[in-house]
Amino acid sequence: MVNITIKGLKFGYNGSNILDDLDLEIEDSEVLGLVGPNGSGKTTMIKCIDRILKPRGSILLEGKKMETMSRIEIARRLGYVPQSGPAPLATTVFDTVLLGRRPHMGWQVSPSDLHKVTEVLDRLHLGEFALKDFCELSGGQKQKVLIARALCQEPSVLLLDEPTSNLDMRHQLEVLEIITTLVKEKRISVVMALHDLNLAARFADKLAILKNGKIYAAGDPADLLTARNIREVYGVEAMVMDILGRPYIVPIRSLQD
Amino acid sequence: MGSVSGHDAVSSSPKPHACKRTDLREQYRQYTGRKVLFFLVLILAIALLAGVAVTLGSAEINIMDVYSSLLARFFPGYFHSTAFADMIIWDLRLHRILMGIVAGMGLGMAGAVMQGILKNSLASPFTLGISSAASFGAALAIILGAGVVAGSWLVIGNAFVFALLSAFAVYGLAKYKGISSETMILAGIAIMYLFSALTSLLQYAGKSEQVHEVVFWMMGSLGRSSWETVGMVITILVLCLPYLIIKSWDLNALGAGDETAQSLGVNVERTRVIYMMLASFITASIICFTGTIGFIDLVSPHITRMAIGGDHRFLLPGSALVGALLLLGADTLARTVLAPVILPVGIMTSFIGVPFFVYLFLRRRRMFW
Repeated sequence: MVNITIKGLKFGYNGSNILDDLDLEIEDSEVLGLVGPNGSGKTTMIKCIDRILKPRGSILLEGKKMETMSRIEIARRLGYVPQSGPAPLATTVFDTVLLGRRPHMGWQVSPSDLHKVTEVLDRLHLGEFALKDFCELSGGQKQKVLIARALCQEPSVLLLDEPTSNLDMRHQLEVLEIITTLVKEKRISVVMALHDLNLAARFADKLAILKNGKIYAAGDPADLLTARNIREVYGVEAMVMDILGRPYIVPIRSLQD
Repeated sequence: MGSVSGHDAVSSSPKPHACKRTDLREQYRQYTGRKVLFFLVLILAIALLAGVAVTLGSAEINIMDVYSSLLARFFPGYFHSTAFADMIIWDLRLHRILMGIVAGMGLGMAGAVMQGILKNSLASPFTLGISSAASFGAALAIILGAGVVAGSWLVIGNAFVFALLSAFAVYGLAKYKGISSETMILAGIAIMYLFSALTSLLQYAGKSEQVHEVVFWMMGSLGRSSWETVGMVITILVLCLPYLIIKSWDLNALGAGDETAQSLGVNVERTRVIYMMLASFITASIICFTGTIGFIDLVSPHITRMAIGGDHRFLLPGSALVGALLLLGADTLARTVLAPVILPVGIMTSFIGVPFFVYLFLRRRRMFW
């Protein structure tokens, strides 16, 4: 089933286009990797899908036009994880994650909300930090807490902006494994911007390569991650190897044009 | 609660995972329990201090007289009081003490709201220039006799109107650039300096007794309170409180950043504007009666956060109670420390607040909270 349909998505400030006429479909149980150089529009695209920014063109969420949906309706279906967030004053990890239940609950926290939070904290191995102050955590732990908050929202689409940028090798794998397992288990969709092409090749079912606000190519990672595409998009000479049936990119040098 | 106890029963099975989960929820419940305990201790402390405060003063009244007089008013058949005690308690002291409590509550809560929406722990309603605008309004009335209403309400009306004007001016300036914590703080600082310059100008032009009156107004005092003004402040708090507390999840969301708050379903700009207006309204309607009482609004939320954390569902009522205790304590000291001279309470708030604040600050392991 198609979860999100993007047609003719445009966004820009004062006439200049940051995103220019994007079309894309994202199905359930699918991880879409957004890749592309800095400034190609990955973050902007994620914010447009969440309607934090108001783009032109149309986005259908489960067949429904998103511009007709209220903020709270969107919040019940879409979870957004920013690259980093300001640290709230004197807030425990538990309370930070509990905030993810906000679209579903009233003032009072119900036992099922508490249950949901503990479940997610356990799943991400954050249980031992639950009553610690969010500010005291390491960069990687903070990033995991932000992901936990979005998972608590129980969204049908999860938007992740560079979810692994602050994580070490083991935590990168751990977080992406948890996310890809959840995708299949709960039949949700994930859109994630990633810089690391090898992680993208390994964890994304589909890739969209952005260049200057346009979709340069979209499809199977194995077809897209070629030496030619990497040269065209990134201006980098690279070797692409086949490791365990997945493309593996070894950058060699940057090219001057 | 049925579902919880059901789960607890399951978790007694040897699965380690389930055990840990129950633990965590139990810990969280205890954590919430500590916050409720903090409230109870504060309420008790305020009630005790208020009782003692009524006995203090030049007329000798003991604590039994105080409670007899209070109870006699509500249960006239069962308790008896003297006319003298009644006069001292009801006409002279009690409204001042109640004003200390409600003004402290309002200022403490308004401070917590402003720190929440501006995401800055150094912010307070005074950051938006409210106090300097109110001072200007008062100075205008005292020195030039010009104002929005005439008669005995001239100074009060002026202070109130100018305080609200500054809030609207900050809103207007920030709106022009897009409402964010940074634009509001910058606009607030600009407005604050504008009004303090205008006040200085008036003082420069005024006669010395007028200037003295302005300066005295700016130090803040609960001495101008009456049953009427206490009633008005209570009414305003009762009107504003429900919204502030019901929407406190939105304040929590703002703390996580504007974009995150939005994606959690919060209308960020509207929330920020409504909260700012309510906090300004509460502050304006208190300081127009008392003059500018600083420090309470800044420090009450800090003390509360250190004690029970930053969840606004508890932080707002907690800051209100801490504010009440601080202001009542400061006023009680101000009335007694150099008796029969009564010091302005605005001076005392810092004298009793600062040592306590520094103690808490130094005791913390972390750089901030």
